Amino acid sequence: MPLSLPDFNLSPEQQEFRDTLRRFFEANAPIGEVRRVMSSGEGFAPELWKSAGSELGLAGIAVPEQEGGQGFGLAELGLALAETGRALAPIPLFATAALAGRVVARVVEAAEDAAKAGRGARSAAESGGTAWLAALAAGQRATLAWLEDADSWALDGVRLEAKSSAAGGYRLNGVKQLVLEGGCAERLFVVARVASGLGLFAVDSGSTGLAVEAQEAFDVTRGLARVRFEDVAARAVGQPGEDGPAIERGLVDATALLCAEMVGGMQRVLETAVDYANARHQFGRPIGSFQAIKHKCADMLIDFEAARTAVAEALEACETGDDDAPLLASVAKAQAGPAYVRLAIESMQIQGGVGYTWEYDAHLYYRRAQSCALLLGTASDHHDRIARILAARSGARGGIGGGR
Amino acid sequence: MKRRADTSEEAAFRAEARAWLEANAKRKTGVGDWSAGPRDHSVAAEDEYWARMKAWQRTRFDGGWAAITWPKEYGGRGATPVQAVIFGEELAAFDVSSGFIDAAVGLIGPALIKYGTPEQRARFLKPMLRGDVIWCQLFSEPEAGSDLAAVRTRAVVDGDDLVLNGQKVWTTSAQYADWGFIVCRTNPDVPKHDGITFAMVDMRQPGVEVRPLVTMKGDRHFNEVFFKDVRTPLTNVVNGLNRGWPVTTFVLMNEGASIGTTSHSRFRVEDLVDQAVASGQIEDAVVRDRLGAGYVEERVLAALQDRLKRAILDARRPDVDGSVLKVFSAESGHRKAELAAWLQGPSGLLAGPEAPMQGRWQEGLLARGATTVGGGTVEVHRNGLGERALGLPKEPRLDRDRAFKDLRVSGS
Repeated sequence: MPLSLPDFNLSPEQQEFRDTLRRFFEANAPIGEVRRVMSSGEGFAPELWKSAGSELGLAGIAVPEQEGGQGFGLAELGLALAETGRALAPIPLFATAALAGRVVARVVEAAEDAAKAGRGARSAAESGGTAWLAALAAGQRATLAWLEDADSWALDGVRLEAKSSAAGGYRLNGVKQLVLEGGCAERLFVVARVASGLGLFAVDSGSTGLAVEAQEAFDVTRGLARVRFEDVAARAVGQPGEDGPAIERGLVDATALLCAEMVGGMQRVLETAVDYANARHQFGRPIGSFQAIKHKCADMLIDFEAARTAVAEALEACETGDDDAPLLASVAKAQAGPAYVRLAIESMQIQGGVGYTWEYDAHLYYRRAQSCALLLGTASDHHDRIARILAARSGARGGIGGGR
Repeated sequence: MKRRADTSEEAAFRAEARAWLEANAKRKTGVGDWSAGPRDHSVAAEDEYWARMKAWQRTRFDGGWAAITWPKEYGGRGATPVQAVIFGEELAAFDVSSGFIDAAVGLIGPALIKYGTPEQRARFLKPMLRGDVIWCQLFSEPEAGSDLAAVRTRAVVDGDDLVLNGQKVWTTSAQYADWGFIVCRTNPDVPKHDGITFAMVDMRQPGVEVRPLVTMKGDRHFNEVFFKDVRTPLTNVVNGLNRGWPVTTFVLMNEGASIGTTSHSRFRVEDLVDQAVASGQIEDAVVRDRLGAGYVEERVLAALQDRLKRAILDARRPDVDGSVLKVFSAESGHRKAELAAWLQGPSGLLAGPEAPMQGRWQEGLLARGATTVGGGTVEVHRNGLGERALGLPKEPRLDRDRAFKDLRVSGS
């Protein structure tokens, strides 16, 4: 009998939602379809996106109802991402709903707060904030373009310039790279610099002066692109110069949501390993009866439970606006990143020779795990963030650089 | 994860518990709290600690708070598991400890309620709860560690008595115990699980010899216990002769379940961060990396413990296996102590009062073994996770279908 682990932290409605999604992806995104899209160079499966993104409404699951979304929370978006992570579904749900979706939502929210406080030049409605989210909820594929240097995840590395144009709006010049699912995005949200700081800008994929080229990705089930901007027309999403903190906050949400996606993959590789260890016989007995294998599986379970617990805490903190959200998102990423890699490696190891063939799926998860461990910051990056947060709270010395 | 808010009944219960605690105990101050354990490893300090625990247990019993979920007829409060969690939460703020008294009550009490005779329950439960009679668990032996069903302590029926001969080891607090519950061999001619009897025995009688073993920490946590022609009436047998194994596994299961309710460690990574900020070490990226990693484990463990607690609060079956917590907490706890010692640099060579933070982290380093072996080795817990939680097959066994007396033992 295939392994079935107990659910964790799900209401009956959430459980039903998860079951529906699992059936949907098993029927519509079997691994054969994942591999077909992978080798076709299409980057994603348009029909699947249409039914998952717009018909099932996954793209707008955490977008408020008045903006055309389903009005659920990050927990539900996390559940949906876990199912795409489990299936390696060839659709840009993470890039659209988590990366672009959360950063846009946070920037729009900050602009509205500023307008209410009388600090903003224009309200979010005037700047089109509602429309950005509504388009995402309706199934427009989108992503976030922020990386330029290849050696750091920090926003400090953003140099790409946005200049306001005489005709209204902005013009972008520069190059972004490692843009997740950049190849299939219909809209790019670009982090760019104006004189006073960072801003978030929207660019449509058909814009004049925009060139998108695929980069070869280690994770063969998720696309990366380099995007060149030559005097490309862009519109401000928030308040150029003031958007930095809100973008950071959106990336915190996206980090927690990436961990939720990883948990789905982790569960899948654990189940695969255990099912294989039960079925495969050597020396006249199932290999899962050997402690060398059994203890690997036990460690995988511990890693998995630790990760999904940390992820649930992080998502809840992000959802409720808890001050601890950045801390807990970093805890989740530092736990889940290395854990998924360990699980993917051990699952592959337990499957022996076939485990590292192209034909078996273990390497697809291994590639996803290694990439997820880097994406949005390594464990060490997040350890550093955690230590800085704790140090800032600590005592009179005022944390790091507090002067001695 | 955020806890759900108390219902009005729960809030009333919480207020009642807190009011009673305020009236009967002092709040913890963090400095010099007696509940933190004996002040040093001397016998005098351990004796004093035990006297205080017994006094507190008595106060707790008299107030009706010694066993929240037990039926009232056995001295319990007849309350719900949720109320037990609430009481535990309130209790944690006060400078009181029932230490091993509470642990032993949690092991043998439920076993007597489930398997005991009415006479056994009437005789033993209340004095146990009141702390008048201290209990110890006589399980492990030199030849029966992880393989508990290999116990060799021989018990022979003689008239109306069981006569015990043999040796137990790693017996926590036996030197303070008045009574013990013992797993012994009554029939060596059948496969090992079928010849085991579970009995209660008076520890204060001739023929019982308790020799404290000093742990590497320097305390006398556990003991060797020798039995020479020790008698206990057959009326003290639980669940009948040769039917002791189900009782034993029930006790082990309770031991496992109690792991998750263990309160969070008093040694926090945040203290280490404070220390690193004060010393300036926090400017070092390697220090930040390790402190951050330590905090991740501490925070994840707390979240896992909350998960078990929330299952109780929501009246659900726990959705995480207790052995996950046992292994994670034992191994991450040791890594945390190592992190602390590493951060101390040269002064980490010290121990005792002169060492940083009065040497409490050095004590933590010496808890290795107590956490990774005591209460079942982490290897046995990993077997349990593989077999129970993941459904992997057991190892082929050589000891199932043979008479116990024909099994090989170490050195044979």
